Parts: sequence; C-alpha cells; structure tokens
Amino acid sequence: MTTATLGERDVRRRHKVGSYVVMSALAVVFLFPLVFMFVSSLKPDAQILSDVGSPRAFLPVGDISLENYFGVFDRVPVSRFLVNSVLVTVLTVGLGLVVNSMAGFALSRLRWRGRALVLAVVIATLIVPFETIAVPMVYWVSKLPTLVMEGGVLKYDFGWLNSYHVQIVPFVANAFSIFLFTQYFSTIPKSLDEAARIDGASWFTIYRRIVVPLAGPAFATVAILTFLPAWNQYLWPLMVVQQEELRPVMVGMQYFFQLNTAWGEVMAYTSLITLPVLAVFLAFQRAFVSSVAASGVKG
Amino acid sequence: MNRGSLTKIVSASAVSALALTACGQAGQGGADGDGPERLTMWTHSAGNPAELEVYEQIIADFNASQDDYEVVTEAFPQGAYNDAIVAAAAADDLPCLLDMDGPIVPNWAWAGYIQPLGLPTEITDALLPTAVGSYQGEIYSAGYWDAALSIFARESVLQENGIRIPTVDDPWTIDEFDSVLATLQDAGYETPLDIGAEDTGEWWPYAYSPMLQSAGGDLIDRDTMLSAEGALNGPEAVEFFTWFQDAFAKGWASNGGTVGNEEFNNDEVALSYTGVWNALDSLEAAGDDLLILPPPDFGNGPKIGGASWQWGISSTCSSPEGARAYLEFSFQDKYITQFSDKQVVIPATEGAVEASEHFGPDGDLRPFVELSQELAVPRPETPAYPVISSTFEKAAKDIMNGADVQQALDTAVAEIDANIQSNDGYGF
Repeated sequence: MTTATLGERDVRRRHKVGSYVVMSALAVVFLFPLVFMFVSSLKPDAQILSDVGSPRAFLPVGDISLENYFGVFDRVPVSRFLVNSVLVTVLTVGLGLVVNSMAGFALSRLRWRGRALVLAVVIATLIVPFETIAVPMVYWVSKLPTLVMEGGVLKYDFGWLNSYHVQIVPFVANAFSIFLFTQYFSTIPKSLDEAARIDGASWFTIYRRIVVPLAGPAFATVAILTFLPAWNQYLWPLMVVQQEELRPVMVGMQYFFQLNTAWGEVMAYTSLITLPVLAVFLAFQRAFVSSVAASGVKG
Repeated sequence: MNRGSLTKIVSASAVSALALTACGQAGQGGADGDGPERLTMWTHSAGNPAELEVYEQIIADFNASQDDYEVVTEAFPQGAYNDAIVAAAAADDLPCLLDMDGPIVPNWAWAGYIQPLGLPTEITDALLPTAVGSYQGEIYSAGYWDAALSIFARESVLQENGIRIPTVDDPWTIDEFDSVLATLQDAGYETPLDIGAEDTGEWWPYAYSPMLQSAGGDLIDRDTMLSAEGALNGPEAVEFFTWFQDAFAKGWASNGGTVGNEEFNNDEVALSYTGVWNALDSLEAAGDDLLILPPPDFGNGPKIGGASWQWGISSTCSSPEGARAYLEFSFQDKYITQFSDKQVVIPATEGAVEASEHFGPDGDLRPFVELSQELAVPRPETPAYPVISSTFEKAAKDIMNGADVQQALDTAVAEIDANIQSNDGYGF
C-alpha cells in the first residue's frame, strides 16, 4: 500500500464526511417543519405561541395532550374528508394512467394525419394556468348532462356540481402526462409493433401486451406526479362542491381559520392529512426519487 | 379498432341516449311537486360549532312551525366562502338564502347576486344601524349581531403610570394618546400598543379607516361615491397616516407578534386595539383589572368600524316569499340572544341586549354596547368597496414600512378612481 493510496483514501473519507454533514444539515432543514407540526399538534395554542422562537418549539415538552386531535374531530368530519380525497385521488390517478397512456400511444406509435399538430396543441395547453380557466370551467360543468336516481327511476339532468365525478373527470386527461408517455413510448423499438402486427395483433393488443409492460417507469412517474396535485386540490373543489359530505381534505383546512385561529387544531389537522402522503412517499420512496429524476431528464 | 366495432359503439350510444331521453329529466313531473318547497341556505359558519348550533335550532323550529317550506343548510368555511359564492353565481347556482360580510353587500347587490330584502320595517328598524346592509337607499341584508373594536388596558397599569381613564364622552385626544404611549414605553413596555398590524386583509380597513375618519378623512367621498380624491389623500388623511407611520417608527406599535391578543394577555403590551371576540380570553387573563376603552379622538370624535355578517336573499331564489318568511321567523330576540351568548357578539336588538349574558345591564362586556351604538361607522356602501379595501390595505402597509405618505395615498386614490371609472361609477 503506497502513501499516495493512503492519501487518496483520506481525501475520499473527508469528502464522504463532508457530504454527510451537508446532507444531514439539509435533512434537518427539511425535517424541522414536520417535527414542529407534529410536536405543536400536542400543545395548547398559548404554549405553541410562547414556544415559537425557542428550541422548545421542536420538543414535546410542557402541557402535552391529544386535546387538539379531539378538537379537530369535533370541528371537521375528518374521516369523511379523508375518504373523499382518497377516492378522488385514486380515481384521478388510475383513470389518468389509462387515458393518458392511450393518448401517448396514439401520438407516438400510430400514423395519422395531424398527429404532430395535436401533440403541439397538447403541449401548448401546459402554459395555460388553471386559475385562468377555472370560472369558465365551473360554468361548463354546471351545464353538462348527468344521470340521477329519482324515486327509484333513472333520469337525466344537467349540472355536475356537487358530485365526485366533477372532481375527477376534468383532471383525468393531463397534457404533461400525455407528453411524458409519448416521449417514453417513442424510445420503445417500433420493430416490436411490426412483429406483433405480422402475427395479427390489434393496436390495442400491442398497447396492452407490449408497450404497457415495457413502460413501467413512465407509469410510475406519471402516477406519482399526478398523485400530489390530486391530493392537494383546493380551488376546484371549493368552487364546484357545496355539500360538506363531498369535500376533500384541503378545503377542510379553512375550517380552522376563524377570527382567532386554533393553531393547535391546525397542526393536528395538517398532521392527520399529511400522514397518508407520508405513508405513500415512504412506501414508494425509491420510485419517487427515480421518477422525479427521470421526468427531469425526459421532460 | 375496426369499422365493425366503431359501428357497434355508435349504435349503442345512440340507443342509450334515446333510452335516457325517454326516461325524462330529473325534477320535472313525478312526486316532486308535493310536500314543502325546499329553500337552500348557505352560511360561512363551517368550523364554528357554536354558531351552527343556533342556526340548526332556528331551522328546526322554522321547519316545524309550518308546512310550506323546508330550509336546508350548507355550511362553508369562512376563508373559502366568497369564492364559493362567486363560483356559484357564475354557474347560476346560488342558494336562496345566503349570509355575507356587511361591506360586500353593495357589491353583490350591484352584481345582481342578491335582491332587495323586503323585510317589514319593524324588524329592520329595530336593528343596530350597522347590522343593516344597503345599496342605493334599498335594504339588501340584515344581521343578528355586530362586532366592535376597543382598546384593552389594565386599570392597574394606567393608575401606576398616572394615566387618565378615558370614556366615550371624554376620550383620549391624539396628543394625550401620544403622551400615554410615550409614558408606557418609558415604564418598560418595549412596544406599548398592540395595534394588530400583523393581521391582513379586511382587518386593515376595518381597524384603521375609522381612525382616518376620526381625523377627518375617509375612504371615499361618500356624497358622490365616485372618487376618493380629497378624502383619502387630503391634508387630514396625510396627517393621520403620518401619525400612523410615526407610531411604528417610534416603536409604539409593531407589525410583529401573532394575530390575536396573546401579547396583551401575557402583559407584554400595555394596550391592545382589538375586538369583542378577544374579550373573554382577556377577562380570564386580567380579571377585574381589564378596561374596555374607546379608541382615541383624532379630531372628529372617536370612531370604530361597524357591520358584520348579515343575511340576504339571492336574486335567483325561486321562492323569495319563503326566504322572507324564514328570515322574519329568525329575527326573534331569543335567537339573537343565543347567537350573542354562544359567540360573544353584540346583539343587534335592544331586547336581545337586555337578555344577553355578556352584554346585558350587568354583563361583563357591557362597554362594547355603548361603543357599538355610539361610535360605529359603516364602511362606504358602494360596490367599489372590495377595491377600496385592498387598495387601502396596500397603501397603509406601504406607509407603515416607510413609504412617502402623500405619494402612497395619491397612488391609492388613482387606483380607486380608475376602477370606479372603468365600472361607470358602479351605478352612482
């Protein structure tokens, strides 16, 4: 073993220690808001405010109890809101995967006139902020036909307001997801399609049996990137859902901002609605990181 | 997909559409015509169980009292309420009955969201003037209560520092108030006054425009409602905002701290400019030592803001007579008293004041009644108010942060006047 090798090892070790110190510092920065949230959810309002500005804000000390959580359940139908958000999110993501991947398949694999123009238009819609079209969309969904059961008879009616589908359908087709699928599918060799066509496979069979199984990373990326916005929906459900039993969790946040904000309950509620997201993140941590990296490269 | 499958799908869709058309449209014909007419009602009270409890009681009593109408309520959180109303108006889906913050009433009346209230004058005349919302001389809304601002102080602190206790008839003059703040600062209060500047939104015009009016200025020329020129940027307004800026510069007030009244309750500030909603907590903290005082007189007598949440009827309500029947029923002293007792707000009728736990003759918060009756000024009853409100907040915050007073006010006036002109005067 030479001195030079020892020196290199020493430098490498220093780099490693240095990077761990930097990463630990960053982890603390990102972790402290969460710690503050969970710890504050156990404290009374007055103590939260008096602890701010001292390290006690991050420690479960003082008058600790679950009182804020009981308060949350008294003030807000939390379980109902959670069920609604899970339902809307799962369906938005699930349907989005099917619809957007099919659109991506059509745009990348099929040969039809105007394909490039359609793709350009789809990409162009990315620059339109949702807030600018929210009010016209409210108008249109209020006029769309729907089916209702009235006195045991199926009837048609107009207006999608106050429903689950008004929270799901407008967000199923997603320009960014279509673009990602189109890009990813373009990397799969076309010779596979040609071989399948010779064997008599339909385009749907090619999509289902060949392209989808090879596009796992694209599906994971789209699923994760559409999960968070769907879970965090606030403006749209606020505008189109008037019945409390159909509201998602984010609208519930506003219940706590009365003349005097119940900070302890705010922290308890945010803890409760963050837990499902944290659970999903921890379960799919590896896929999440690689998905975000992949979308960055491909996008 | 081959041509055969496409034909099958198109045929199936056409048959389904025909079948549904044959089914008929919901809500047309059938058993719906029988039974009481349904009146939808939206309130901003989600997350406020005490207020909701009273509404549920009123609705249950009203529904049981007659067979013609059935009121059904939907509660929204306050912070999201106005957006929900605007969206519902865009979708032509407003409820029959809706509550609204007093200052927004003229705007919603002008926008066509609500119709004239049409309640008997014996009901509206019996209410606090600030609990009634008007536009162009017509009443559009009425409320069960009002809120009020005051200055909280500890009697012992004022006495220890030789400070006179002001009354509504003999308030602190602005010179006296300056001297009070300087004395309290010298006595060890680093920031003697919690003026509430850490808050945002409607609090700013609600809290500080009455001070401006006390100084002789205003948010707009109320005679014409067509311009803020002279009212918001005249010499009186400049004088007031110079004082406002100095108060922060001298450290008498700050924009730090937390929204609420914690600093006063912990005796970290000597005076707190705050509302009736914080009174019970402060009573608990200070006990009999708590003083509820009028704000200082900037020259034209002390003023406070008026108008809280009120009820109106939407212009698309299919049964306005039913909505009126409900509102008439709801304006009973017993319900107004319940609102007051459960929410700690000032009852809008004399009878409810007398019966109220906190605001009655022996009530611990009785001083607020006098403040509300004697000093309350409504915000300008113009559809331009939302613009005036946000423009005022921006200008006042700029001034607090050191902007040139005259320039900030001139800019605000230009913005308000431009908005009024672009809306053809909002009907004035």
